[in-house]
Amino acid sequence: MAVTERLDGPKVPPESTSGGPASGPADTPRKKSRLGPSPWLAIAFLLPAAVLLGVWVVYPIGFSIVRSLYDASNTQFVGLDNFATIFSDGNMLRTIRNNLIWVIVAPIVVTTLGLIFAVLTERIRWSTAFKLIVFMPMAVSLMAAGVIFRLVYDGDPDKGVANAILTTVHDTFSSSQGYPEARPREGEQSPVAAEGGGVVTKQPVQAGQPVLIPIVGVKPEVLPSDAAPAKAPAGGDTLSGTVWFDFTPGGGGVNGQLDGSEKGLPGMTVEAVSDGKVAGTATTAEDGTFAFDGLPAGSYTLRLPQSNFEGAYNGLAWLGPTLITPAIIGAFVWVWAGFAMVLIAAGLAAIPRDALEAARIDGASEWQVFRKITVPLLSPVLLVVFVTMIINTLKVFDLVFIIAPSSVQPEANVIALEMWRVAFGGGNNQGLGSALAIFLLILVLPFMVMNIRRFKRGES
Amino acid sequence: MTTATASAPRGAHAGAPRRSFAGRIVDRLGSGAVQVVMILLGLFWLVPTLGLLVVSLRSVETNTAEGWWTIFTKPAELTLEGYANLLASGFTASFWNTIAITVPTTILVIGIAAMAAYAFAWMEFRGRDTLFLVVVGLLIVPIQIALIPVAALYGQAGIFGSIPGVVLFHVAFGLPFAIFLLRNFFVGIPASLLEAARMDGAPEWKIFVSVVFPLGKPAIASLGIFQFLWVWNDMLIALVFANTENQPMTKALQSQMRQFGTNIDVLSSGAFLSLIIPLILFFAFQRYFVQGMMAGSVK
Repeated sequence: MAVTERLDGPKVPPESTSGGPASGPADTPRKKSRLGPSPWLAIAFLLPAAVLLGVWVVYPIGFSIVRSLYDASNTQFVGLDNFATIFSDGNMLRTIRNNLIWVIVAPIVVTTLGLIFAVLTERIRWSTAFKLIVFMPMAVSLMAAGVIFRLVYDGDPDKGVANAILTTVHDTFSSSQGYPEARPREGEQSPVAAEGGGVVTKQPVQAGQPVLIPIVGVKPEVLPSDAAPAKAPAGGDTLSGTVWFDFTPGGGGVNGQLDGSEKGLPGMTVEAVSDGKVAGTATTAEDGTFAFDGLPAGSYTLRLPQSNFEGAYNGLAWLGPTLITPAIIGAFVWVWAGFAMVLIAAGLAAIPRDALEAARIDGASEWQVFRKITVPLLSPVLLVVFVTMIINTLKVFDLVFIIAPSSVQPEANVIALEMWRVAFGGGNNQGLGSALAIFLLILVLPFMVMNIRRFKRGES
Repeated sequence: MTTATASAPRGAHAGAPRRSFAGRIVDRLGSGAVQVVMILLGLFWLVPTLGLLVVSLRSVETNTAEGWWTIFTKPAELTLEGYANLLASGFTASFWNTIAITVPTTILVIGIAAMAAYAFAWMEFRGRDTLFLVVVGLLIVPIQIALIPVAALYGQAGIFGSIPGVVLFHVAFGLPFAIFLLRNFFVGIPASLLEAARMDGAPEWKIFVSVVFPLGKPAIASLGIFQFLWVWNDMLIALVFANTENQPMTKALQSQMRQFGTNIDVLSSGAFLSLIIPLILFFAFQRYFVQGMMAGSVK
């Protein structure tokens, strides 16, 4: 584990850093005798790296700064115009806003999940297996992860596992299965009529007179299996009635009347409306009856709102314009949670057990131990994870590029992707592309300074 | 988290400890509930990749008709059609390109970084510490900054689109991390070992090859696996610098994304092939992988 002996390593809890000698061996080679080789030899050892870093990393920074001040064709000096474009163009602003969402949401979610996982893995025997599973996405290319999540987020609940789970959960907990294409029985005699996608009673209704709401056009496959033969409501002095499928299988029966064999429509929402306001809501039972308890006396219009007639719940449009960024952040969390977990778990293992034990003996609950001792001792590691995630979110490219279908890519756009699109992906504007690259560099600059500072502190 | 703090009893240490509501919940998690939660979480992390595997093993028709999880009810429908189509589409070339980019990059990064790291750790020269701080600073430079300038350079040098161009770009951007990692490890090698060799009059390159390099094996292994996966999985650099002839798997697959759905057979089997080698490496060398990542988390 000597590799982990490092500037911000989670090995040393904060208290011990102030006193005592530094745990790192960094001070050994300092100020050693001049026994070593000549400086020329050092230069020879450094040369290949220096050339590569100079030509491929350092020189491009300077080149980009200059290039960002010129126009697309590199003929016209335009000053800061490219930067002005970044902060005024509508698409660019949306791109920046997306990056902002990324930077705010993703690091918090990843760090929190990493912390939870790290703590929980200490409580199970198969923690190694769990860590391997959660850590595995780290080895997979973001490209492959993108394909994986394109499949997960498929809008069709018969194909995408996300919507398959959502619809299953939804259908388990909610019985309000809709009746798509069902409609009120029409005609002069019918007491109800279609209105605004729902159904309303034509005449005002009062308590004591049962309201019949005949519905036709219910598709056999959406009729719940627990639907019982429709009955008239018990009556009494509450406002009550029946919503039923006014259709007798095999013919016969009288339209608009309960014939004994016709089925009630369970799970219908019925609203009692007075002066345009909903005064009460009821839900139909298996035999289609409903009753409004505790509704003030008076006359009402009953309404079956449109929601009753909507199709089955089909999950969310993950890859649609509104959810695309949260959906991609989900994939990002899937990739990086393992990294956070492993780092935090290492930090957790380095916390002195006796400190925790002492607190427990003093009567602190697990939660208090966690809040008051574990988290503060972990804060250096948490910070490293958090900062690493901020840098990663700023640079996020592959996942957005792969997961967002081309039609919604403008809605999901981020700076790193926009830089590529503008300069190489058809935009062909290397002036603006350079400005975006510089913008990205400026965004990571504070963390660069932070790294250098932290390293210096670790060395001294 | 802050809301939970409020529920922790303030005067808990006075008298018999009373456990807060949150505290009791957390304590309870110690029992079976935590097992269930962890199994669910584990599934959550496993299922997406499993889905890719199953999709890659089914025909386009089956995949268009139903979800991959129906595999549990009708397992007979598996086919290698997707993989056959993939190989027929010339994907093998991009596989070899990935190898041709990844292997030389990894070797070059290790060699060049080890030399520099040795100089930083065990040689005296003016400005050494400042120079190393520059390396630390370069750790997180976004590669976007170099795409346009290096593309221009490559155009002039006539290596735009070629494999050496891609490799050199990778090597350069792999170096800061590699130097950082190795230098921090080399610095921990006992000085007595090196001084003994120097007293014996061994030339510096010999000390480097026969003392430092073997002692640095754990760090070099970490770096190697990490660098390998990093380059193997890269898409952006390939997208810019590799032409169609020299493209690695990631770029080849990316070019198929536009027709997502109709070519799901080729795409899913390609994505799975591209991740199978990293996964094998990961499971075989996960210890080194974890160490490398811990040591480089500044990145």
